[in-house]
Amino acid sequence: MTYMSTRSNFDNNLKELKDLLLKMASKAETAIKESMLALVNQDLEKAQQVIDGDNEIDDLEYEINDMALLLIARESPVATDLRKISAALKVSSEVERFADIAVNIAKSALHIGKEKHFKEIIDIPKMMEMALEMVSESISAYYAEDITLAKKCAEKDDEVDKMFGSLVQELMSYIPQNPNATNQIIQLAFVCRFIERIADHSTNIAEDVVYLVTGNRVNLND
Amino acid sequence: MVTTFLEKESTDQILQSTVPFQMENILKVNNLEIFYGEKRAVNGISLDIEKNAITALIGPSGCGKSTFLRSINRMNDLIPEARAEGQILYEDLNILSEQIDVVALRKEIGMVFQKPNPFPKSIYENITHALKFSGIKKKSQLDEIVEESLIKAALWDEVKDRLHKSALSLSGGQQQRLCIARTIAMKPVIMLLDEPSSALDPISNAKVEELIIDLKKDYSIIIVTHNMQQASRISDKTAFFFKGDLIEYDSTEKIFTNPSVKKTEEYISGRFG
Repeated sequence: MTYMSTRSNFDNNLKELKDLLLKMASKAETAIKESMLALVNQDLEKAQQVIDGDNEIDDLEYEINDMALLLIARESPVATDLRKISAALKVSSEVERFADIAVNIAKSALHIGKEKHFKEIIDIPKMMEMALEMVSESISAYYAEDITLAKKCAEKDDEVDKMFGSLVQELMSYIPQNPNATNQIIQLAFVCRFIERIADHSTNIAEDVVYLVTGNRVNLND
Repeated sequence: MVTTFLEKESTDQILQSTVPFQMENILKVNNLEIFYGEKRAVNGISLDIEKNAITALIGPSGCGKSTFLRSINRMNDLIPEARAEGQILYEDLNILSEQIDVVALRKEIGMVFQKPNPFPKSIYENITHALKFSGIKKKSQLDEIVEESLIKAALWDEVKDRLHKSALSLSGGQQQRLCIARTIAMKPVIMLLDEPSSALDPISNAKVEELIIDLKKDYSIIIVTHNMQQASRISDKTAFFFKGDLIEYDSTEKIFTNPSVKKTEEYISGRFG
């Protein structure tokens, strides 16, 4: 900033809000990764840890919401300041969904339990890798207020959608030959759906970033 | 009624320089410059003021907003070294023209100041003083206008039982609403408000703000305010002044959510000024 800031306290608080969200996002990202490892390695203990760890992420969301509302009440923010706070509220709720999805995947891992995988799980982690790239890019775009990165992130959504379609179709096709693995296959199809949702929430964050920076709403999901 | 401003038969002379403007605009300002001696306080601004709307003028001290406001009813005439160039068109007449009858102009374009300034007379007389001066003498008519003005200024219920007590016995907020009632009594078309609630407590301020919003049904209101929340709460349009320039003029919604000019954003978000 070239001008002398007359609201350094407010500016510090806005930065703190953003840092808190980054902390929350990093925990959610870890939870997603751990849930995937738990599923692939049939590590039920790890799956349970992901489920138990969700409270901590929920608490961070409350903390972010409280701080955002307090700043609105005390600082009467306008224009970009207001959009920054609104973005923190919206992005934190998307991040909270990331964490819930990690819990869902961990629950699927528990449902499958120690039952031997009917086939080696290879493509689902690949799909997850792409979704995790989107998570990381959307959060980085938010933190850096970088529209180019936000758009780059959203472009990947179609690819994840395609992978979702073909993977579910493939999974369903295994059911006739593996009737005993039906429960497992359905759980894995659920997991594909969860990963597809991660990509959608990342795209929502990317849209929030564009609004934060420009004040214009865009649909990056077309 | 327009011609009541004119002291002489000079209508044609003034009308020839005018530009037709849209029905919804009450004032059209063209390249207005205001000088105090050698110093230029307003640097050639142009804007249209909407009818039956509240227009807020904002900007740091010394930016020219009050100077502009005062030029609209020629209050700057009281300052010997002040002079204005350009046009402020009101009903096709240039307010700045020498042929304008300033007293008649100020009946149609009333003003309320920052500090409540009731006359040291009764509440009743505060309102009737100017009316009597303008020729209304009948008591029943005066009574009617006093009641109507006080009702419109949301003060009637608080003072109806003590109309003949001194206006100075009222609270600051009541005094300011009395000043607004006094202006309303003259049945103006435009009301100019120069920080009308900056000296008031929050409750009185809220009452004055409610009143201003209510008044726009009947009047066009231009308000100078240093209170950003006030501008964003009550106005329809906002004009941001800086160092004598009109930096940005747009709907209040646009100015306070996504202004086009960086300077505007810095000012409204309290980053300078």
